[in-house]
Amino acid sequence: MSASNLVAQLKQGLDAPICLTWEITYACNLQCVHCLSSSGRRDPRELSTAQAKAVLDELRDLQVFYINVGGGEPMIRQDFFEILEHAEHNKIGVKFSTNGTYIDATSARRLASMNYLDIQISLDGIDSATNDAVRGIGSFAVAMRAMDHLRDANFGAFKISVVVTRHNANQLEEFKTLADTYGAQLRITRLRPSGRGIDSWSDLHPTQAQQRQIYDWLAAHGESVLTGDSFFHLNALGPALPGLNMCGAGRVVCLIDPIGDVYACPFVIHDQFKAGSIFDWGGFTNVWRNSELFESLRQPDSVGACVSCGNYDSCQGGCMAAKFFTGLPLDGPDPECVLGHGEELLRSAAVVIIPKPAIDHSRGVRLNLPQPISVR
Amino acid sequence: MSVTLETACELDPRVSLRPERFGALAYHFGNRKLVFLQNPDVVAVVQDLSRHSTLADTLTALGVHPDRWPSFVAAVDSLHSSEIVRVR
Repeated sequence: MSASNLVAQLKQGLDAPICLTWEITYACNLQCVHCLSSSGRRDPRELSTAQAKAVLDELRDLQVFYINVGGGEPMIRQDFFEILEHAEHNKIGVKFSTNGTYIDATSARRLASMNYLDIQISLDGIDSATNDAVRGIGSFAVAMRAMDHLRDANFGAFKISVVVTRHNANQLEEFKTLADTYGAQLRITRLRPSGRGIDSWSDLHPTQAQQRQIYDWLAAHGESVLTGDSFFHLNALGPALPGLNMCGAGRVVCLIDPIGDVYACPFVIHDQFKAGSIFDWGGFTNVWRNSELFESLRQPDSVGACVSCGNYDSCQGGCMAAKFFTGLPLDGPDPECVLGHGEELLRSAAVVIIPKPAIDHSRGVRLNLPQPISVR
Repeated sequence: MSVTLETACELDPRVSLRPERFGALAYHFGNRKLVFLQNPDVVAVVQDLSRHSTLADTLTALGVHPDRWPSFVAAVDSLHSSEIVRVR
């Protein structure tokens, strides 16, 4: 079977996700301006420990290989280690994303003793000036301290996870050097206009010239840098970057949010992309296999307005979430289309309606930013 | 080393193999690699490797026609390179 046949098969969906994102809390001590889940305050409906363990039992039965645990700040949950240990017991790999606040010498040693565990430390700048403008004052120092603890505890190769913005796109080489210094692996992902990112995206997303730099840099570094396959919209610039080059939402991945709602992907927390809840009849398995939304996402792609371009096979029309939250039609170009079709459409549209996220757990006041970030 | 018809091998114990309509997905919990096995016959061979003393014996037991053996040796060898299959 050729690679394109495989992708065609995957687009029709699998009986169980390959992996999924599980955000275990909306609570967070930070208030990053681009937070995809608008996190901050804990949701009173957050899954209990017993409910969380039941989710893991169901994922074990489905043979889900690993889960990406996020939030909010996942380590804020009192039962964080209990959940982690239950996943390990169920032989489900865990990759969790953290801002590092709760990694001290003791927790680092505990994390280092676990199997099937990957840690992604979020860092959005190579210095505090760049990082803290997005993630809040002091967050750079906190992340660096967490990395020191992981190194001292001999955790092994943790990940440094960078959301690429206009302000750090020129720092990729320095991030790589930093990762190498720690024996860590660099992971860079695409900024989406999701959650609080709806308000900050237009100030933060890379310029077209930077998109070219990112593409060239990724092409040069091959599989030594992880991307979660998130940059396939750049593939119209040349040969395809490593990865499957397809949107996996509702096909091979999805999101379970902190209150048990199931969405197509972590970047589309909106009613339109909510497939159901783990509390529905038949649980997560039935939502995954039979929800109307996921079944529709597994139908052949609608090429729509991109049909006249000729590059659709390369870029796949880009990212559904990026289109949706910039007010572009889902069968149109990506807002960051490297050929400028998205920008052109946004410029020429008489009206652009930006959807609001379904739920917002932001705290009322955003604190600890060194400079105001303008809002569109 | 590369895998031959005489090699004794098995699915690496750190690998989880999940049957799919197109074949199977294999995930290696050590190196975190995900591998797509796109031929159901290769999946059957991989699942059966540990039950026989050599790859040739496995192919014989599964009734694979000898004309197709070279492609199976190549497939298992490539799975060995990605640590899905190990020599025992």
